[in-house]
Amino acid sequence: MPNILEIRDLQVHYGGIEAVKGISLDVPEGQIVTLIGANGAGKSSTLRAIAGLVKPSAGKITFRDEDITGKDSNVIVSRGITLVPEGRRIFPDMTVLENLKIGAYLRKDDLTEDLNWVFDLFPRLRERSWQAGGTLSGGEQQMLAVGRALMSRPKVIMMDEPSLGLAPIIVKGIFDIIKEINRQGVTVLLIEQNANMALKTADRGYVMETGRITLEGTGEELLSNEAVKAAYLGT
Amino acid sequence: MLKQKTNHRGSFAALISIAVLLALIVLLENLSDMIPGLPAIFSPTSQLFTVLKKGAVYSLLAVSMNLLNGFTGLFSLGQAGFMLLGAYTYAILTVPMAAKDQVYYLYGGSAVKFSLMDLFQGIFGSAGFGGAVSLILAVLVGLILAGLVAALFAALIGMPVLRLKSDYLAIATLGFAEILRAIFQWQTLGPITNGANMIKNFPTFSDFNIKNSAGEVVLRLSTFVPFLVSILCITLIVLLIHSSYGRAFKAIRDDEIAAEAMGINLFKHKMLSFVISSFFAGVGGALFAMYVANAQAKAFTSTMTYEILLIVVIGGIGSVSGSVIGTFLYVACSEWWLRFLDRETYIGSFKVPLLRSGFRMVVFSVVIMIIVLFFSKGIMGEKELSWKGIGGWLGKLKRKKPAPAAEKED
Repeated sequence: MPNILEIRDLQVHYGGIEAVKGISLDVPEGQIVTLIGANGAGKSSTLRAIAGLVKPSAGKITFRDEDITGKDSNVIVSRGITLVPEGRRIFPDMTVLENLKIGAYLRKDDLTEDLNWVFDLFPRLRERSWQAGGTLSGGEQQMLAVGRALMSRPKVIMMDEPSLGLAPIIVKGIFDIIKEINRQGVTVLLIEQNANMALKTADRGYVMETGRITLEGTGEELLSNEAVKAAYLGT
Repeated sequence: MLKQKTNHRGSFAALISIAVLLALIVLLENLSDMIPGLPAIFSPTSQLFTVLKKGAVYSLLAVSMNLLNGFTGLFSLGQAGFMLLGAYTYAILTVPMAAKDQVYYLYGGSAVKFSLMDLFQGIFGSAGFGGAVSLILAVLVGLILAGLVAALFAALIGMPVLRLKSDYLAIATLGFAEILRAIFQWQTLGPITNGANMIKNFPTFSDFNIKNSAGEVVLRLSTFVPFLVSILCITLIVLLIHSSYGRAFKAIRDDEIAAEAMGINLFKHKMLSFVISSFFAGVGGALFAMYVANAQAKAFTSTMTYEILLIVVIGGIGSVSGSVIGTFLYVACSEWWLRFLDRETYIGSFKVPLLRSGFRMVVFSVVIMIIVLFFSKGIMGEKELSWKGIGGWLGKLKRKKPAPAAEKED
């Protein structure tokens, strides 16, 4: 499997604070890759750097053999990489339909097909398409955030803690959707604190600690790793 | 399919409503000439028409400010500055050559040896139908240039200023407006701006009243013209808000980070909103100059910006129809309905206490405080007025009415 996304020696600074201290990771096309780690490990900063929301201070990000390091977010979205931001961040005063249309902002072609695709993935959103985004429940908002990101027809979808603050049953639904999206050909880069679910779902996993990658392997390898068990699985 | 059909029907209904409104305005202003002996309120010089004209001008100003503050979430207080640019551009370019020496007498004539009025009168003539064409063209071109100059300045100061957030942006734009006001009053620029003196004698709304050869007014259009221009501009703003650009503006207002993650170029869209809002503020400023029949830097103080901001808040931040309704209520209260508070009144020999010049503003301030404290979402919130909405509201009233009747039967 060729790598759709390659990150080499990536560093991210916020003022004098070094959040990401030179990490390298590979995302093979068509797989689910997860990045787990505690708060402040630099997971979100990595995703934000890939999405173009912060500029990396060093390193290289390659998407399909094209160097996209430090490009603006609109360029990165148009290449086919979308971020589902942490905490959902839907637009509360806009309707569900408007939220989805914003996701396809950079596209000028017909959206009917994609709207139907998203509504088939999340039938709940079709029922609520005229409701303001802010009136949805937490789980529905997460669905909307994922649906909104899918509207740009991404090759790679990056999700920042999609299970945050959701009930276990909803979390399971979200992970089923992630698998479904991946089955339909979208590569997934997933950040999670819920290491158990994430590693079970993922083909490949990386463990991040204080800005560095400390472990890597397939999902199963990491699940059975003693250090991972002790630190993240609590067993 | 269905959605598009209703959209078409909606815009058709809006178009008809606008046409009917404009026809009513023309009729209302000419009513006193057609039917003699009507109450004084129908006289063309009454407060009713002052309110209508000022309301039309302020509606545009409020909606343009709402585009920036309400729909894009950029808290800017530069409105008066852009109005000033528009008013001066319009005034300087349209004062007829013949009137320039008189207007600029302190500076021995104007440095601008050019006038749109003379330009078009040279082509179409200055009397009869040709005169009307040159007047319309001169005013139209003047208004557009007024908007463009304001938009140009917005683009220039937008570069540094739009990188600031919330309060800092407000302070920077407020400062810009104040600096402009000082520059326009500067003696050295006198031959262009007439210094601290007013520029006058340019075409105003009353020039649009059609006169016969004896100089008597046949058809009054002085209220119709501001309404027409204002409605046209507001329609353009509404179309913008409903386009995908408008959706991007709202996304930026709701959540900048999410909007950026969706691939919306924040700076480009903020700049676009700022420039377009300023364009219409410039046009509105020119209309304001036409309304007061002079252009004077000292009129465009920060108080004027606050006045318009207040209208936007009263009407509802993020609602175009709210801004329009808010404007007419505000203007009617300040110019007309509360006027009686300023007059000393006697009931028999008893002098009603408190009523004296200036008391109106005291009451007005209290009313505004009540509105801001208890109706913080404004009249409309974020909703828009539509025939469907009015129908639903009337239906609710009807359904409510029979209820007390049923109680009586018990």
